[in-house]
Parts: sequence; structure tokens; C-alpha cells
Amino acid sequence: MAMTPSTPGTAPGTSEPLADDIVAVPVPHPWRWVGAGVVVVVLGLLVWAFSQANIDWSVPPKFFLQEQVLVGMRNTLLISVLAQVVGVALGVLVAVMRQSDNWVTRGVAEFYIWLFRGTPVLVQLMIWYNLSLVFPTIPGTGIVMNSVMTPFTAALLGLGINEGAYMAEIVRSGIQSVDKGQTEAAGALGMSRAHTMRRIVLPQAMRVIIPPTGNEFINMLKTSSLAYSIQYLELLQAAVRIYSNTLQVIEMLITVSAWYLILTTVFSIAQYYLERHFNRSDQDAGVDDGPLSRVRRNLKFGRQE
Amino acid sequence: MQAERSAAGAAASEAIVEARGVKKRFGRLEVLKGITMDVRRGEVAVLIGPSGSGKSTFLRCINHLERINGGTLRVRGHLVGYRERDGKLHELRESEIAQQRRGIGMVFQRFNLFPHMTVLENLCEAPIHVAGVRPAQARATALDLLERVGLPDKVNAYPGKLSGGQQQRVAIARALAMNPELMLFDEPTSALDPELVGDVLEVMKQLAEDGMTMVVVTHEMGFAREVGDYLAFMDGGVIVEEGRPADVLGNPQEPRTQAFLSKVL
Repeated sequence: MAMTPSTPGTAPGTSEPLADDIVAVPVPHPWRWVGAGVVVVVLGLLVWAFSQANIDWSVPPKFFLQEQVLVGMRNTLLISVLAQVVGVALGVLVAVMRQSDNWVTRGVAEFYIWLFRGTPVLVQLMIWYNLSLVFPTIPGTGIVMNSVMTPFTAALLGLGINEGAYMAEIVRSGIQSVDKGQTEAAGALGMSRAHTMRRIVLPQAMRVIIPPTGNEFINMLKTSSLAYSIQYLELLQAAVRIYSNTLQVIEMLITVSAWYLILTTVFSIAQYYLERHFNRSDQDAGVDDGPLSRVRRNLKFGRQE
Repeated sequence: MQAERSAAGAAASEAIVEARGVKKRFGRLEVLKGITMDVRRGEVAVLIGPSGSGKSTFLRCINHLERINGGTLRVRGHLVGYRERDGKLHELRESEIAQQRRGIGMVFQRFNLFPHMTVLENLCEAPIHVAGVRPAQARATALDLLERVGLPDKVNAYPGKLSGGQQQRVAIARALAMNPELMLFDEPTSALDPELVGDVLEVMKQLAEDGMTMVVVTHEMGFAREVGDYLAFMDGGVIVEEGRPADVLGNPQEPRTQAFLSKVL
């Protein structure tokens, strides 16, 4: 093993030589190159196969900004945000109910979680949407069910209430992450349990709750596509409506896939910052080095901050 | 100083804490096997003993952080956690327990400051939202208390930025902000670096001199001897020996007390 201290290393971005940097021959990894070669060949075959396939590649760019697709994109965002808001609100409520020492309250919470986590969300969506079959009017009100249970309402209820059952678990883990001494200290000061939860426990639980909630939202962007089955005009429904006229099925599915990728990528970047913000220890500001700051740094033409 | 406090205590010899045969079980493990003890107004009672002796558990029973299984425990004349009616004990509602606790300040080994609030917010939260003190008034009281514990410049600091000793002094101020008649200290200096212990003990000593009734679980024998009016040595869930701190510490009668003191002194 030859260690050659002859050429001193340099610190990145400077010309200052670092006296003690070891310059060593790295371990050879020949199989990585073989693996890379295999990947390139397989990818090449795939590209070739698709180029030979009966796909009209002019369709996706043409329909990417088509009106109905844009409406679908807007609705995907809308229903995802709203359903996630409903989910978070329900999740907090149910998680707090589960901590109650009233067994009725606790039982209701457990039943809710059992019911909505134990059934497929697609089935739940269809039940909400078809509720008018068993309740032509909302019981006790005389309001016509179908005037209320629109595809939008059914999607919001189905996705939001289902999400609430999952958020309840996340909120619970957040509540449990808060030191028991906090509750005791609040109790010793004479605070009620509700006040302790609202002012002491939940604010501290947020550190643990918020990062996975971001992940849930990114999942929701994709799960919301199930609402296509109840006629809600989100991205997938938009694609379906277009291709049932044009019969360009795969072309339209590729078009909306591109939109899903854009949405999930944008929110994944946001998620990166969210997680970093909540993971950093209280004091240190840390060096900014996320994907966006790298872009920002590259775009900084002589602008000094 | 000692004589003065005892005299004051004798004048108003009202028992703040009255424990009679207090028992506490955790499952099948009996942690307190009948504790009988009085703490009078203005007195400083010190509990010492090996870990697992039940001294912290007894302290936590006093403000109902633990529910007792037997005996009676009264604070300021009221049963802790229960009401006696028609010869039966009725559990108190959560709000009534909270009400009882307001008159009892507690200081924990691990400080338990609220990390998401500034020092000032830590001190004002309970007075404003629990006791209904006007914010301006609560703030003035808080600043006054911070002055008393020697941290007037830490008003807007977050607990994470403070040393352990400073955090514990803030915790004492936070408990005092509710204007309690009784202060409980659960090993307040055990989590501190040795050089920070003195400041906290100094604040506690000052508090005792101002006439606060205190029950202190501690391993600081110097503090016990100097500030305590009464000392109980606990082991295995019972009080093995009790009396004036100077007597118990200086001339222990029981073999278990002697063995314990020979290790810690």
C-alpha cells in the first residue's frame, strides 16, 4: 500500500494546500462498470422498443397544456390539499381522543381507525358517491343527497376521512415523542389536560408530525387519482375523457404521468426543506445546501447578499 | 435563623402536609408502606434515602401526580385527590385536582421547562391561562421572580440556551409564579454539573428564609443540615428515622441510617 504524500491536496474552492491530506489509491470497483454497462444496454433496449411501438409521440406535448388537462391538474392539487387538511384535522382530533381516559371517546377513535384503515380507499370513495342509492335524501333534512354528494364532495370525504385514520397514527407518535415530564410539569402548574395538550404537548409534537405529513401529502397527490372512478375531474379523469374520444390511451396516460411527476418532484423538494427545518437542532443555523440553494447559488451572477 | 423560623412555625403551627399511613403500590410492588409525617407552615422538610426508597414517590403523591392506595394525605386541610362525603371517599374531578395543584409548586429533577416557550412565556403561561392573572400583572411578577433567582437578563431566552443550573432556577421561578403555599423539590440538583449546584441551593435557601413551606427530596446533606427543620430518612417504603437534621445526620440511631450516611457523607 503506497501512500504518496507528494502532491498535497487542496481545499475545495481555494488554492490553499492542505499539508496533511492523504492522497491514496482508491479501492478499484470493476463490477460497478460492468453493472453500469448492463444498465445502459437495458435502457437502450427499452428506448428502442418504445420508439418502435405504436405511440404517437406528438400527442403528449400537444395535450400537456390542453384545457381539460389543466383543469384536471388544478383539481388534483385542490382535492389533495383539501383532503389533506381534512385528514390532519381529523388525525389530531382522533389522536387526542385516543389519549382520553373516557373509554367511550377512546372506543370511538379506535373504531374509526379500525374501520377506515381496514377498508380500501377506492371502496370508501364508491360508497360515499353511491350513498344516494340508500339515502335518497339526507336523513332528517329532506335535502336531496345527489345535490350534496357531488363527485367533489365524495372525493373530499373519501380521501380526507381515510387520510385522517392514517394521520391519527402519525399524530399519536408525535404526542408520544413529547417527554412525559412536560405533561407532569403542566399538571403540577394546575393546567387542565386540554390546555396541556393544546399549549404544551401538540406544539412540541409538531417537530415529529410535520415531516411525515409532507410525505402523506405527496402520496395524496397520487392517491387522488382514484377519484377518477367517481367521475371527479382530476388528472386521470381528464386523460380518460380525452382518450375515450381520441383512443390515444397510452399517449394520454403518459401526458398525465408527466404532470404527476412534476407535482411530486416539486413537493418533494419542498419536503426536503421541511424535513431539514424540523430535523436541525435548535441552535445551529447550518450551511444551506439543498437542491434549491445549489440552483440559487449558480444563478447568482455577482449579486452579493 | 433556625430559631426564628421555628418560632414562626410554632405561632402558626398549621399543618400544610398531613400524611397518615400513606401507602402506594405500583402493580404488586408496594413502594410506600405507610408514611406518617407532618409539615407545618414555614417548615422545610427534607427527605433522604437510597434510590427506590419511595421518597420521590411520596413527594409526587403530595400533588397527586401519583394516586395513593391507602392511608390519608391532606394538604392545607384538604384530602389530596378525594372528597369525603357520607363516610365515603369520592374521587375529585380533573378540574378539582388541577385546582388543588395550583397551590402547590413543584420542581423536577429534569427541570421540565417548556422548550418551545421563552423563559418569560414559561413563567406567564399558567398564571395567565390557569389563574386568570392579567398579562401585564403576570409579566411584572415574572420579571420580579427572575430577579429573585438571579436571571433578570434571561427573560427572552429559550430554555435550550440556558445551563442546567439556570434552567432549574427558571423552573423554581415558574413554580413560584403561581404563588404557591407549598413547594415540592424532587432532587432539584441531581441532574446538575457540580459547579452549578450551589446557585440552585442558594435560591432554595433564600426561599426557605422567606418562610416558604418546602418538602425537599435531595442528596445534598449540607443543605439538609443547614436549611432543613425536619429530616426523614426513608428506606424500603418506610421512614426509618426522623427528627432534626443535625441529630439524624450527626447521630443516627438506626443501623440502616448509619450505613446510608457512611456512604454519602
